[in-house]
Amino acid sequence: MTAEVATPRVVGRRRIVWIRRRRALSRVWRMYRASKPGMIGLVVLLVFVVLAFAAPALASSSGLHAISTVQNPTWASPSKFGPLGTDNLGRTIGAQFLWGSRISLFVGLAATLLTMLIGSVVGIAAGFFGGRIEGVLMRITEWFLVIPFLPLAIVLASVLSRSLFNIILVIAITSWPFTARLIRAQVLSVKERGYVDRSRALGASRWHLTTRHIVPNVAPLILANTTLTVPIAILTETTLSFLGLGDPSRASWGKMLNEAFDAGAIGQHAWWYYVPPGLGIMLVVLAFTLCGQALEEILNPRLSERA
Amino acid sequence: MTLLEVEGLCVRFPTRRGLVRAVDGVDLTVEEGEVLALVGESGCGKTTLARTIVGLERAQEGTVRFEGKEVRGRGRARPMRDYRRRVQMVFQDPTGALNPRQTIYEAVAEGLRVHHMGQDEERRVADALSRSGLRPPERFFTRYPHEVSGGQRQRVVIAGAMVLEPRLLVADEPVSSLDASVRGEILGLMRNLVDTTGVAMLVVTHDLGLAWNIAERVAVMYLGRIVEVGRAEEVLQSPQHPYTQALLSVVPEAKHVEQQILQGETPDPAAIPPGCRFHPRCPLYQSGDAEELGIAQQCRTVDLGLAPIANDHVVACHARA
Repeated sequence: MTAEVATPRVVGRRRIVWIRRRRALSRVWRMYRASKPGMIGLVVLLVFVVLAFAAPALASSSGLHAISTVQNPTWASPSKFGPLGTDNLGRTIGAQFLWGSRISLFVGLAATLLTMLIGSVVGIAAGFFGGRIEGVLMRITEWFLVIPFLPLAIVLASVLSRSLFNIILVIAITSWPFTARLIRAQVLSVKERGYVDRSRALGASRWHLTTRHIVPNVAPLILANTTLTVPIAILTETTLSFLGLGDPSRASWGKMLNEAFDAGAIGQHAWWYYVPPGLGIMLVVLAFTLCGQALEEILNPRLSERA
Repeated sequence: MTLLEVEGLCVRFPTRRGLVRAVDGVDLTVEEGEVLALVGESGCGKTTLARTIVGLERAQEGTVRFEGKEVRGRGRARPMRDYRRRVQMVFQDPTGALNPRQTIYEAVAEGLRVHHMGQDEERRVADALSRSGLRPPERFFTRYPHEVSGGQRQRVVIAGAMVLEPRLLVADEPVSSLDASVRGEILGLMRNLVDTTGVAMLVVTHDLGLAWNIAERVAVMYLGRIVEVGRAEEVLQSPQHPYTQALLSVVPEAKHVEQQILQGETPDPAAIPPGCRFHPRCPLYQSGDAEELGIAQQCRTVDLGLAPIANDHVVACHARA
């Protein structure tokens, strides 16, 4: 087919496998680039990631604490003070927005990672073992699924102490069942494929079947699902923070909205207080969803229409 | 010498319509180094029988003896693992049987890795590929299944089985999903492997012509049971069971016999008729010949096994008993 494939002895087998992988990756990238919504989402996302990483350089964290902002005017509109004005305590909105993006993104990603971990393990185990193990695992999953999500999150968040880690935990505990069910369905479909039969006929153990055949063929779906779970996690973090259940010591977009609401920003017509976090959440969630949908279309065999 | 001995094998699947008796008391032997063709129409249980022999389905009753030793237990038990190495399978659909994310090298090496036969893996894989007609083997190492033709894929599957140096190869419709143009090549390859390595082969097929071309012996299966076994030329030239006769009469090449189109409904393995399981569709029974022979009562009520009628030729029919 190509020169280096025809001469494996010269290049080495491992290296060729690696070249192949890189090529597969670049093929996915080419297909991704063809999707306009996916690229828009990616650009928006990159902007926010850069802002989040650059927050310490762009805005001093002193702007977050009322104790260091006593000399600032309160309720200053963007035209009067700084890039984005101040709140009722004179804290700068710009600093809160930038530092808040860090928390929102971090919690979103960390909670998603934990969600995918629990969901994948449960889904793969249930799908692969079947029988009684599947029954027990799926009943537990359904039990979590039927509990109304927000009340459970609120109860958990108030029972556990209010810290960043607990917020992540709460989000993961309440959102893994969806992932588990999706992945179990995919495992059930992969399990019936011919190559799994062939591997079993070769005498492969369950561990071998799972690690060599099931997981590699479920992985793309896990990846696509991950990008679609991030916005849900971010929204959940915002919701919990808005309800005052977030980490009180850290600025996040949800906490900004909560404080704006408490301080009566709407009555003060201080739009600069609540619009930036609201817009930020909307854009980030939209960006992740666009990326996720574009990825899903490429990676999920059931959605892809390429023949 | 007898390599594989199947006795009274039953495989049943519970379904909503009731218990499906896919394999219902099969007796079968495969001799060392021979090619045995298992023929029958769709749904007669021949694929299930093949899958059960390689251990992909579980039998509820009966025994499988391999080289004189009974095969039982599953998974890691040492004898079972050994059996799984010595009995390999070739699948109907080579495209489905190869993981799209594995290179051809990985697909062929998989068996070696499963059985910890890693020493000089590369040489063994290259050897198996070239013996399967993929030459030079290095050219195929890094290709993915979708980059080669259907016939080449089946060669990869065969190489993946042969790399373990099995004693028995179970092939389930090995060429029915391939282009007519490459069927002959794959069959030739399989016949050649039998002749050069001494591996025995059980070929499941619905194609009597294929059985004629490749097999030394033929077993005919109907509704979960073997109804006739014998040397290929004997079974195919002078079939004794009415079902075999009907099967052969509809082969286009068979001009000298009158076509018999079987009457009655397609058999349902969830409701196997009492007596001889073939009697509701049996031309002998329907035409009244069975009545004249005075065996109609037996046909309706007595379930019978295989009985010898000549050297190495056994039939399950009241009219031949």
